[in-house]
Amino acid sequence: MSITSTLESIGEYALLLRRVLMPPDRAREFAKEFSKEIYKLGVNSIWIVTIISLFIGAVIVMQIAYNINSPLLPRSTVGSVSREIIILEFSSTVICLILAGKVGSNIASEIGTMRITQQIDALDIMGVNSANFLILPKVVAFVLFMPVLVIFSTFMGLYGGYVLCAITGNPSTDTYVYGIQFFFRESLVWYSLIKSMLFGFIISSVAAYYGYNAQGGALDVGKASTDSVVANSILILMTDLAFTQLMMG
Amino acid sequence: MIEVQNLIKEFEGRVVLNNISTKFKEGAVNMIIGKSGSGKSVFLKCLVGLLRPEGGKILYDGKDFLKMKHKEAKRLHRNMGMLFQNAALFDSKTVLENVMFPLDMFSRKNYRERKKRAEFCLERVDLLDAANLYPSEISGGMMKRAAIARAIALNPKYLFCDEPNSGLDPKTSQLIDELIQGITKDLEITTIVVSHDMNSVMNIGDHIIFINEGVKEWEGTKNHIMDSDNKELNEFVFASDLFKKIKEVEETGPETRHPEA
Repeated sequence: MSITSTLESIGEYALLLRRVLMPPDRAREFAKEFSKEIYKLGVNSIWIVTIISLFIGAVIVMQIAYNINSPLLPRSTVGSVSREIIILEFSSTVICLILAGKVGSNIASEIGTMRITQQIDALDIMGVNSANFLILPKVVAFVLFMPVLVIFSTFMGLYGGYVLCAITGNPSTDTYVYGIQFFFRESLVWYSLIKSMLFGFIISSVAAYYGYNAQGGALDVGKASTDSVVANSILILMTDLAFTQLMMG
Repeated sequence: MIEVQNLIKEFEGRVVLNNISTKFKEGAVNMIIGKSGSGKSVFLKCLVGLLRPEGGKILYDGKDFLKMKHKEAKRLHRNMGMLFQNAALFDSKTVLENVMFPLDMFSRKNYRERKKRAEFCLERVDLLDAANLYPSEISGGMMKRAAIARAIALNPKYLFCDEPNSGLDPKTSQLIDELIQGITKDLEITTIVVSHDMNSVMNIGDHIIFINEGVKEWEGTKNHIMDSDNKELNEFVFASDLFKKIKEVEETGPETRHPEA
């Protein structure tokens, strides 16, 4: 991708956001769409977040338990380090990367299909701000539901580790729980939630941008969906680096 | 009234509409005809604001659509109904919800009144039985009828139809034509139909504009289309064997059949 086309895309994205971030034509219709999106994008993602968090949580604890094996370190360190990893990076960043695939491709393909089947043109001709009507409920719903998913993921990740400790006894569940509680800083949870909301905005708006600008046929909708996942993944990683430097540096 | 003056539309330097000027007949079915790729759909998209032309004027009751402020253009859009080639119904909504959608967005009536209006529109297109079905559960002809019902839900002043008969069998095509004509008369609206179906043109066209390679070649009524001496128009009209035969019959009289000996 050339610099010119990248700059063009950024400009188009900014112009689209200007149309999206306007008061809705009808609050009643916005509320209707918003509740549908909460269910579709948020509630429907709980199962995948649960499964991934449980297993990765267990694996994180297992890796740390095997690699921190020094008599100088208390075994409760396993719980403390796992907690930090799960709260700071796993639940807020890795889960967002996974949701960039699930939710991002869903948004891009849904809006892309509406574009190529002229449903968006139909909205425009009616005098409806199609960008606002289609994209704003998705962005607001996903941004607001992101903290719920992150909190859920954190609990499931830590619970996955607990289950592993219960099965292997390395460390014991009491030691693990003590480690989780040891020197707990609430600010890290806020950091994680704010970061996830920022990622939620990136995932939903960038995917919507790719879908809204899809042209051609079914193949192009597939391409828009793939491109949105790639762009979202890169943007999440770059934003994570910048955000971490800003907040922790 | 819709009037177009010197309309020019280009795509990356390629002129698709070249200096088109015309006045559409009010309260009648205006047909824009031409070969595939002649620019008729682009013309329609310019009229409804989906494409922005590079030059010219599109006047709605004397006001230039291209220079209207956002709010004024939005108001005008509420007076437009459009039937797309593929109907463009919202997949996630039932037929009734599709028809109710413009009412939900712009009408100040309560739910019961909005539903009643949507049901009236569905009844007008004889589709009330399919009100609770999704677009994927109905046929192409039914989708077109549902799209017409949605287009007239807000009582528009203008109805635009892009190839309303494409993909339909002759009988359903005729039904859609009759529906468009009936609605135009009943609601006293100005209808603009893009088509390359000569049967439709002869059935319902009150005022016809022929576009060839982005240029308006001919304009007139269906009564004059067969007698035109425009070469391009004749090539288009008489490409069909049926119309060739009609022309022959008109010129030479009916073929005499000789009883077998």
